[in-house]
Amino acid sequence: MNYMYKVGCSIENLKGVRDFIRGTLKDHDVSDIEISEIVLALDEMCSNLMIHAHHCNPDDLFELHIQVEKGLPVVFEIIDDGTVFDINQFSEPALNNIIHEKRKGGLGIRLVKSIMDKIEYQNRSGRNVCRLMKTVHFQ
Amino acid sequence: MQEDGADVIALIGEIDASSSIELDLAIAKSVGEGYTKILVDCGALEYISSAGLGVFMSYIEEFKDRAIKMVLFGMSDKVANTFSILGLNELLQIGKNKEEAKQLVS
Repeated sequence: MNYMYKVGCSIENLKGVRDFIRGTLKDHDVSDIEISEIVLALDEMCSNLMIHAHHCNPDDLFELHIQVEKGLPVVFEIIDDGTVFDINQFSEPALNNIIHEKRKGGLGIRLVKSIMDKIEYQNRSGRNVCRLMKTVHFQ
Repeated sequence: MQEDGADVIALIGEIDASSSIELDLAIAKSVGEGYTKILVDCGALEYISSAGLGVFMSYIEEFKDRAIKMVLFGMSDKVANTFSILGLNELLQIGKNKEEAKQLVS
């Protein structure tokens, strides 16, 4: 099954994004703890995209696609037309450095990498596709 | 809210990139008012994103320097899991309930 949510790049819309992910995965009987981890990772990816690639412009739209098939890893695709921020090219800061520099950011990338199994970037007919995969347990 | 000389900050609902500034302001206000004991009630906290976790992280060093004690308590399993994914349960003081939090802060 394929699901799609299209939304403007205002960070007030993150709640809608989270509810879309929760609702979709819940319908497929993914466990609550896995849903909450996935929501956390995708919230981070989407807020990064909204803030860094689109400067929170509510007129810039992006799409979140979810593909769920029983027995297969769930595939999430974030599709937009902004500049690519490839988190695989970015090494996450050590926790100690985050504390020392009193940084409020930098945690998110560590989080996404520890939750998701695989993160890939593709260009599909001129659009950026960030593809994240996660093996889940269907109850 | 204040209890036994400690400031109590209650978190309600979801904290994400759009609302983490309010958490930051609440902690800054508590520090600004001179509290050295801060209890953070997470009983009604349904969700916290990395933006919210980052706010807590950003105060760790300052609190150490100024001998301010902060204890979080009352987290649901889901929220507690978010803290432990990043190992923040090792860096922040977390109590089960308010009584335990009060002991940890005193």
